[in-house]
Parts: sequence; C-alpha cells; structure tokens
Amino acid sequence: MTTTIPAPRTPRRLRGRTNTELYAWMFMRASGVLLLILVFTHLFVNLMTGDGINALDFGFVAGKWADPVWQVWDLLMLWLAMLHGTNGLRTIINDYAERDQLRLWLKVGLYTATTITIVLGTLVIFTFDPCPPDAAADLLPSFCSVP
Amino acid sequence: MWSWVAHRVTGIGIFFFLFAHILDTALVRVSPEAYNEVIATYKNPVVGLLEVGLVAAVIFHGFNGLRIVLVDFWSKGPRYQKHLFVGVIALWVLLMVPFTIRHLSHVFGG
Repeated sequence: MTTTIPAPRTPRRLRGRTNTELYAWMFMRASGVLLLILVFTHLFVNLMTGDGINALDFGFVAGKWADPVWQVWDLLMLWLAMLHGTNGLRTIINDYAERDQLRLWLKVGLYTATTITIVLGTLVIFTFDPCPPDAAADLLPSFCSVP
Repeated sequence: MWSWVAHRVTGIGIFFFLFAHILDTALVRVSPEAYNEVIATYKNPVVGLLEVGLVAAVIFHGFNGLRIVLVDFWSKGPRYQKHLFVGVIALWVLLMVPFTIRHLSHVFGG
C-alpha cells in the first residue's frame, strides 16, 4: 500500500486525515468487552443448561424469542459480532493483500456479505412468527396450542 | 507474538462460523422443518467435536481480547502482559474442561 505521510506540522485540515482508525480501534475494545458477556452467556444458556445442544430446535428458538430480553440480546450480538468481525477482517485484508485491486475487491466482497447478513438477521428477529399457521403442532412451542 | 497470531486465526475462524450460524438461524423464517433439519447436523458427533474447537476458539479470543484491553488501558498492563497471558490460558483451561465434558456427553450420550 502506498501511503503518503504528510510533512510534520502540516495543518490538520491540509492532511486530509480523519480519526476513523481511532474510532475503529476504540470500537473493537468496547464491542469486544460487551461481546464477551453476550457470547459467553449465549453459549452457556444454549449448550450447558438443560439438555444442551440436544434441546435446540424451532421450539427452543421460539420459546427464547417470546422474551423481548433475548430478542434484544440476539439483535445486539448480531450487530456487534458482525461489525467486530468485519473490522477485524478489514484489518487482516489491509495487512496481507498487497495488490491494490485485490485489496479493494476483497473489501467489496466483505462489506457486501456483512450488509446482507446483518439485514437478513435483523429482519428474521423482527418478523419471526413462533406459531406459523401451516406447521405441524408438535414442532411448535407449547404456547401455540393455547386457543 | 504467538498470542497475536492465535488471536487473528481464532478471529477469522469465528467470523466464518458466524456467517453460517446467522444463515442457519434465518431458516426459522422458512419453516420449523427446515430449521430442525439443518440444526440436526450440529448434533452429529463429528460436528460436535468441531463445536468444542469453536468454543475453544471463542473462549481464547474473548479472554485474550480482555488481555489486549488491559495492556492498552491499564497502566501496568504492558509490564504484566506475560502474566496476563498465563491468566488467559488458565481461565481457558478452567472453562474448557467442564464445557468439553458436558458438551461431549450431550453429543455422544444422546
């Protein structure tokens, strides 16, 4: 990468630099600490309690998302983890992809995948129907059968 | 230096799993059958072993990330960075032993 370093004492407005990298650096630390709590709890509740992984099915997810706390929990985890991971991968691309064209296209691909995934995940959480009308009753959470 | 390499490697691994995990969870919007069918692969013994690897990566990345925060923001962090790394490994073992026992007994015990 060819980066021109401006002469010392160049006025800030002529350097054409921003603090974006500083904010990205701060974001990695702040989101990282939050993700530690969010993800460790997520893993503990889904894999350690009850029957662990064997209990995971549609009914389990529906039961969890019936509680707004878990909806917000998963939404926060989705956004923070995706942005944290995307920024991490951006750093890695900048470090190892030395050709300008390659670096550009890797980042275009990364940001496209990130946008699609965040939008899809957010829509799923907000439009989720725990009791789809045409589904077999034994696959649904118990509260669906209450008339 | 090796903690830095491991942080990158685990980070990339977790990120690619995260894509797959968001897509598989999105299947709840397709149908209960579709979701349950795909989630069944997570209960397969081979995938169960991979999950131990995934959780090992997540726990390392999480605690080592906390170590990075301490090195950056705690005045004594840089001086104790090696001790902090020993702490990361100790906490990692402390959580991995019970997790591995419990998770594998779920996966192999049915």
